[in-house]
Amino acid sequence: MESKPVTEKKRPTREKKKLRIVSFVVLTFFLCLFMAGVISGEPSRVLEQSWQICLSCIGIG
Amino acid sequence: MELARKWVQIVIAFLTNGYWAFPFTRAIYQGPLKVVCSPGLNCYSCPAATTYCPMGALQQLMLSMRFNLETGYYYFGWYVLGCIGVVGSFLGRMVCGWACPFGFVQEMLHKIPSRKWGVPRILRFVKYGVLLIMVLLLPLLAVNEFGIGQPWFCKYLCPAGTLEAGIPMLLLQPSLRGTIGWLFYNKLIILIAFIVWSVLASRPFCRVACPLGAFYALFSRVRLVKLQLDEAKCTQCKACHHVCPMGVKFNESPNDAECISCMACMNKACRFDAISLSVGGIPLRTVEVMKRKEA
Repeated sequence: MESKPVTEKKRPTREKKKLRIVSFVVLTFFLCLFMAGVISGEPSRVLEQSWQICLSCIGIG
Repeated sequence: MELARKWVQIVIAFLTNGYWAFPFTRAIYQGPLKVVCSPGLNCYSCPAATTYCPMGALQQLMLSMRFNLETGYYYFGWYVLGCIGVVGSFLGRMVCGWACPFGFVQEMLHKIPSRKWGVPRILRFVKYGVLLIMVLLLPLLAVNEFGIGQPWFCKYLCPAGTLEAGIPMLLLQPSLRGTIGWLFYNKLIILIAFIVWSVLASRPFCRVACPLGAFYALFSRVRLVKLQLDEAKCTQCKACHHVCPMGVKFNESPNDAECISCMACMNKACRFDAISLSVGGIPLRTVEVMKRKEA
């Protein structure tokens, strides 16, 4: 009976730790994706697109 | 804290829309800053926009993916997904509460005195459909004979685009007025509907139809900056239910996908210090909470 509160306390801490690790894994994944996009030259494509007005995209034309 | 949040919203709205030479040039900003991702929904065809809209850019990459692959360009939208993914991993929907210009517009509209209504919670699932179908699948799959699709969300739904780009462009370039048709009227009706709805209910577009909000909502459990509940201190008084602009019952679901971390529950409602802001799992104390503790 005495060990129950200890396990109850440990479980959320372990879950929190796991969640924290997952957070950093997700962040690293998207950083890698960002780097892959930069290497493949996507920023220049984004820049080209954002310099133009797509009239039909804003409901005109 | 609420005042600080308003100032952050205003500053970010001005930073992402900082090209004030447009009344003289009558054109949009075409400088190097447009390679920077706007954290919130902010149309990059807005004459004042200095950054690119992640949803607009993602659709443009999706709609031209087949054509690009056929012509030897391997663009998969990784740069845009990476940008919003990094922002989402850090802040999640905190962006909606602190850095989205269209969210700020809706908040201001909601201050207009009127009878206030809720938004049925079932409608929150619509935005995931908008993200999947209108932003990702339709631009990629519904293509013409050249393999090029359409930006479905921007073209048929986005009220931020009509407000920030469609109407200003018509004012700046009167020659465009002859080209408006049902497409523009359709978007104008959607904009007016969301404006009226924003007066009557809190942040209806964010809660129901925003694909960027839906994307950030996917990070609700794993984001590094978020509000956390100390269950030992929570008395289940439900005071946090009444102040949330997104209709979140924070004591029942502290990792709710709708939470925009505006901190209203922490600063305006909770008297038991049960809610705190945490960064990477480490709780922080705001000045207001510290003062209340000292008192």
